[in-house]
Amino acid sequence: MSSLLNLPAAELVTRLAAGDVTSAALTEECLAAISQRDSSVRAFLNVDVERSLAQARSIDARRAAGESIGILQGLPIAVKDLICEEGVSCTCASRMLENYISPYSAHVIERLRAAGAVLVGRANMDEFAMGSSGENSAFQVTANPWDLERTPGGSSSGSAAAVAGRLTPMSLGSDTGGSIRQPASLCGVVGLKPTYGRVSRYGLVAFASSLDQIGPFASDVHGAALLLEAMAGHDPRDSTSVDRPVPSYTNSLNEPLKGLRIGVAREHFAEGLDDEVAEVVRRALDVYRSLGAELIDIELPHSKYAVAVYYLIAPSEASSNLARYEGIHYGHRTEKAGSLADLYARSRGEAFGTEVKRRIMLGVYALSSGYYDQYYVKALKVRRLIRNDFDAAFAKVDVIAGPVTPSTAFKLGERTSDPMAMYLSDIYTIPANLAGIPGISIPAGLSPSGLPVGLQLQAAPFAEETLLRAARMFEAATDHHRLIPPMARS
Amino acid sequence: MSLTSEQVRKVASLARLELSDAELSDLGAKLGQTLDYVARLNELDTDGVEPLVHAIELSNVLRPDVLAPSLPRDRGLANAPRTDGKHFLVPAILEG
Amino acid sequence: MSYDVIIGLEVHVQLQTVSKIFCGCSTAFNPDQPNVQTCPVCLGLPGALPVLNAEAFRLAVKTALALNCQIAGFTKWDRKQYFYPDLPKGYQISQYDLPFSHDGHVDVVTEADGGAVRRVRILRAHLEEDAGKNMHDESGRGRDSLVDLNRAGTPLVEIVTHPDLRSAEEARLFLQDLRLLLTDIGVSDCNMQEGSLRCDANVNLHVHQPDGSKVATPIVEVKNINSFRFTEQAILHEVERQWELYQKTKQTIKDAPKSTRGFDPARGVTYAMREKEEAADYRYFPDPDLVPVTVTDEQIATLRGELGELPAARRARYRDQYQLSAYDAGVIIDQGREYSRYFEVVAEGCGDGKQAANWLTQDVQRELNERGLTIATFPVPADVLADLLKRVTNKQLTIKAAREVFGALLEGEETATTARIEAIVAERGLAIVQDDGAIDAAIADVIARNPKPVADFKAGKQQAAGALIGQVMRAVKGADPQQVRERLIAKLSE
Repeated sequence: MSSLLNLPAAELVTRLAAGDVTSAALTEECLAAISQRDSSVRAFLNVDVERSLAQARSIDARRAAGESIGILQGLPIAVKDLICEEGVSCTCASRMLENYISPYSAHVIERLRAAGAVLVGRANMDEFAMGSSGENSAFQVTANPWDLERTPGGSSSGSAAAVAGRLTPMSLGSDTGGSIRQPASLCGVVGLKPTYGRVSRYGLVAFASSLDQIGPFASDVHGAALLLEAMAGHDPRDSTSVDRPVPSYTNSLNEPLKGLRIGVAREHFAEGLDDEVAEVVRRALDVYRSLGAELIDIELPHSKYAVAVYYLIAPSEASSNLARYEGIHYGHRTEKAGSLADLYARSRGEAFGTEVKRRIMLGVYALSSGYYDQYYVKALKVRRLIRNDFDAAFAKVDVIAGPVTPSTAFKLGERTSDPMAMYLSDIYTIPANLAGIPGISIPAGLSPSGLPVGLQLQAAPFAEETLLRAARMFEAATDHHRLIPPMARS
Repeated sequence: MSLTSEQVRKVASLARLELSDAELSDLGAKLGQTLDYVARLNELDTDGVEPLVHAIELSNVLRPDVLAPSLPRDRGLANAPRTDGKHFLVPAILEG
Repeated sequence: MSYDVIIGLEVHVQLQTVSKIFCGCSTAFNPDQPNVQTCPVCLGLPGALPVLNAEAFRLAVKTALALNCQIAGFTKWDRKQYFYPDLPKGYQISQYDLPFSHDGHVDVVTEADGGAVRRVRILRAHLEEDAGKNMHDESGRGRDSLVDLNRAGTPLVEIVTHPDLRSAEEARLFLQDLRLLLTDIGVSDCNMQEGSLRCDANVNLHVHQPDGSKVATPIVEVKNINSFRFTEQAILHEVERQWELYQKTKQTIKDAPKSTRGFDPARGVTYAMREKEEAADYRYFPDPDLVPVTVTDEQIATLRGELGELPAARRARYRDQYQLSAYDAGVIIDQGREYSRYFEVVAEGCGDGKQAANWLTQDVQRELNERGLTIATFPVPADVLADLLKRVTNKQLTIKAAREVFGALLEGEETATTARIEAIVAERGLAIVQDDGAIDAAIADVIARNPKPVADFKAGKQQAAGALIGQVMRAVKGADPQQVRERLIAKLSE
């Protein structure tokens, strides 16, 4: 029998709504897939079998009783382990929060439950979302389903790998500098970072508050559109949540965009980009041309400064956001504290991993007296220049197309000793976070060595509808999203 | 450039991070590398550029002054490493 | 050698909102039930986010306007970062370089009858969240400290003055005036016992040198003083201590950094607080979880309009309009705006401001204290008291009779009315008898029956009249004793 999990999200939703498939059956299939394959993928930190089945059965019962189920119709979803759900552990893949149970739910969790999601488990990640390979998890290293020796990317490693490994049809991730799009690209799935403020951050454990956004992973564009539609919208509990209507992204999805203007930035094809990635991206651009899109050269002259800006702003905010983890109100407390001062330093020293410590240190340094203007304020100014570049570009084009990440999935362990090399893997994704614009990674094919390559599309703030339609145009004309890693084929 | 262990120690103290000697030397080098990399921002003349804190610039987001339910005490204290059932407990704070 | 005392204050005032500044938890003072007014936001739980309370901002702007401050058209929120158990996020949301207001002043009357005035300039006032409360083991056995976060997130305005105060007494008077002003406009209850108003004092001396120059001593910040009296005591002690230290060491502001001291009210002394290991580096930066607030001129004008008449203006008006002494005006105005309104209704209604003031500062105040009431719950409404006192001004009732009626009104179960006054006066026959004929007849009768006292009076013994007046009063119930006295003496002097 062909697994339900190989079906695209649009079809699963249709079957669930029609009652051809029950949520319980689909959830059971997910749980079976997890028990068969997750020992090698290691995408999940925590799977609650009883609870997810109970949720699924309750949805099925409501449907049988003629009640309306939300647009997710009982689809099982994995959640990155930094989005709070009441009564559920939320570790952020850190020893610091190993035993932390959230007493409240994030806005997106409330929205997904209301939309009929079954929340099957908590996905692994880099500790506190700091990393690009998943190797900074304090608990386990997630593998790329396409090659178990390689990284799925990060920081939403488990969320991407769960969808790529056909363990769940969809998942939630968060993207601060590329943490959805980069793993989506490396795992050959769709991953979308919405406009800053489109999805409430209430209940998302903060890494860098001015950059973080929650976004969807799915095996196809329809799934991503559906999940975004279910969770986007204003939340009065997040001051940065934007009060503006949410269109039905799925309704318009299959309408091709006439006269689509696609911006191509020279800066995206400069040194550092692997040839095999460049080749796949160029072929993708040709597909768009063949679909009638106009390719227009644009300039993003300040994009080469984005990584530098990011590695000042994100650690600065992180150093402050992570000050609350001190072993007093919650979180790890050292056994060895004498004085209060010792308690702070030891609890934090014992429970944070190396990369988290590096970023806290960098942030504290950049904000400290005498360096603030030189580092932090300077970075904020260049951030505006980067935003201005995008504004100028979007005056001329509808979307910008380019690579997501400079290389295909690298070997686990390959970059752990070289943080700068790791940081540079986010060079194409970081600018969207700095500028607040939406970006999506869609499967664009395999490299000659058989690894997935993503195509990144970016659009103006709140132009998710355009972004998704443009993505769907490509997807409809190609078969890349139907590629399934060998280990997940049933 | 590499930060001196004295500089690293000072930052670690501000950050309330106890670091091993190995971590101190690793951090000195790695922070130095990153600072070297970000120095490229100095190539840009940013005089007169307004800093951008939020990419989507909102203002005047306010809530009405109305009560919302608080957490029951046991749930607020549930994650605390040490409590007496009513308070968070910490080693004696010395003020005098 | 002599010296000037230089004092600047940093005053923290809790605003009277229902809910906290960034979440919906109650701001009620509730030390007996720790950690019940907390939620993910004020506990600083992972993922929780702050949203600014509109009323906190409105009250903050009113506060600043009452302090004659400029209101910024654009203001933002910054994180002040330090580690302390009462600060669960590891930072306090405050305002750093763009506070919502700056550059104001308060004129403090420094002599009882309005003689001297000290203008205290306000450097800035900014809005921030309060921390929780740490309770320390007082036994000295080093047991754990306890943390209660009920207070964490209560809205606070921090008011920073220039170093314009010149004595401990001036500092106390400033704080008293500030409390009056802020309670009067209804932004804070300024209850110092409950910590709604707290003060840090920066104190140093400018020592006069033989060559005419002045040398400044190192600045000391005395932290967390929670009463007016303690403020005065702490500063007095600090001045004495610094002067002795200067004479011994000649240490100046250039030789020592600013230091921090606490105040021990039991011993009346300040004491050195443990110096932090490194100089404070708060690493302020804009809070990315909050967005800026802009204020228009129209909004400022509206709030300014809502301030109404401030206490200083009211004090002057009471002197001009009702001929009150500065003292009486002060006593009434100090009781708050509602009390002042009550006074004005009584004064207007009875046509005698001084009499109204006497009643309010004595009879009414006494009853409020004894019965534990406020003017809002006082069972004699202002118009009823006005009616009663008008009967005194119109010579329908004696003061003594009015007090009797007042007492009877208070004994009643219900709120007093003018009809009830009428009834009590009638029941008890308290009305002054205006019948001159009856009084004169009684006088003639009393004179005729008391030759001895009459002779004594005529011989110059003034006090002999007392007994005669008493007899007339007994004969004519309800006569005005003043009137009886006047007519009797006139008769005897014929």
